Amino acid sequence: MTLDPPYDHPEYRSTALRAPRKPLLPLPHTLSELTGPVFGEGALGELDADLTRQHPGEPLGERIVVSGRVLESDGRPVRNALVEIWQANAAGRYVHENDRHPAPVDPNFTGAGRCLTDADGHYRFTTIKPGAYPWRNHPNGWRPAHIHLSLFGRAFTQRLVTQMYFPGDPLFEFDPIFQSVRDQKARERLVSTFDWETTAPEWALGYRFDVVLGATPMEDD
Amino acid sequence: MTLLPTPSQTVGPFFSIGLCVLPSNELVPGGALRIEGRVLDGADEPVPDAMVEIWQAGPEGTYLPSFGWGRCGTDGEGRYSFVTEKPGPVDGQAPHLVILVFARGLLRPVLTRVYFPDEAEANAADPVLAAAGDEAATLVAESTDAALRFDVRLQGDRQTAFFAL
Repeated sequence: MTLDPPYDHPEYRSTALRAPRKPLLPLPHTLSELTGPVFGEGALGELDADLTRQHPGEPLGERIVVSGRVLESDGRPVRNALVEIWQANAAGRYVHENDRHPAPVDPNFTGAGRCLTDADGHYRFTTIKPGAYPWRNHPNGWRPAHIHLSLFGRAFTQRLVTQMYFPGDPLFEFDPIFQSVRDQKARERLVSTFDWETTAPEWALGYRFDVVLGATPMEDD
Repeated sequence: MTLLPTPSQTVGPFFSIGLCVLPSNELVPGGALRIEGRVLDGADEPVPDAMVEIWQAGPEGTYLPSFGWGRCGTDGEGRYSFVTEKPGPVDGQAPHLVILVFARGLLRPVLTRVYFPDEAEANAADPVLAAAGDEAATLVAESTDAALRFDVRLQGDRQTAFFAL
């Protein structure tokens, strides 16, 4: 059972010319689908997991810790999984030449990080809570605050790119990307939870976001 | 215990700040195989904000943990390229690369394969190409002077064949 969003989702206008229309072919169950790349510590820089220390000064905004586990659908942790994140700054602005939102760039914040999961599948980033920002998908459209995550599992077909949201955002019901996941319970799995255990006293609020990768084709058999 | 998977969300328009910082499209520097092409939308317009990832076996036809993955963001003309070497045949299949394409406007990636035009005999015996039927031709790259060319057409009459993920 897939709970992923459909390709064709008219409320998200960019799908109109990009969603494939022909039926998908059955996924082959071969080694090509069941294997995947392994990344080592060599892929990472020392400050990659702390987005608040990548520049000479401190970025503006609310410092947060985002952590969780990467799991298989049977509950096993995914070890040494590469987790990559990117996000807007506290003002809702990306360090990208095509971002025209008239909000300030923060010279002390790039908004990109990477880490590997540990033996229990844990990952952890220190960052700044991103701001909401407008987009031109529809009149007065605003994206709820989110952090983009990219993950590798054991198999290349477990590859996942998703977005992590923050609890209680009033923009959820108006966001066609969040709402593209039709099943309410599945949508809720995109929302992080505020977490005292992750919260660092007198330093940073903590948010927990566990990620479950799809089963490999073999496990579906 | 069965945990339900975390749903996919689009990579959006700004992924390059996080995913394309380190060049990752030369799997084998100076390698003998250059594969290039464009990502095109349903109006045949280039997709300038797509990310193409490949996964391939080594020349001996085995998958290795530390070789075979590459990533390339498309440029303003929708172009991507990889420099690598040709994979060997794997598991009774013709040599091929697995490709995932992510883009703004794709709420989940598309999965396809690239086969080699100079492998007619192996391609004819490949079970995945056989299962693709009429669409198999969209999975075979074209040979040009210096490279293999493989365009990914997301939509339209000439849409590339994609596999269910």
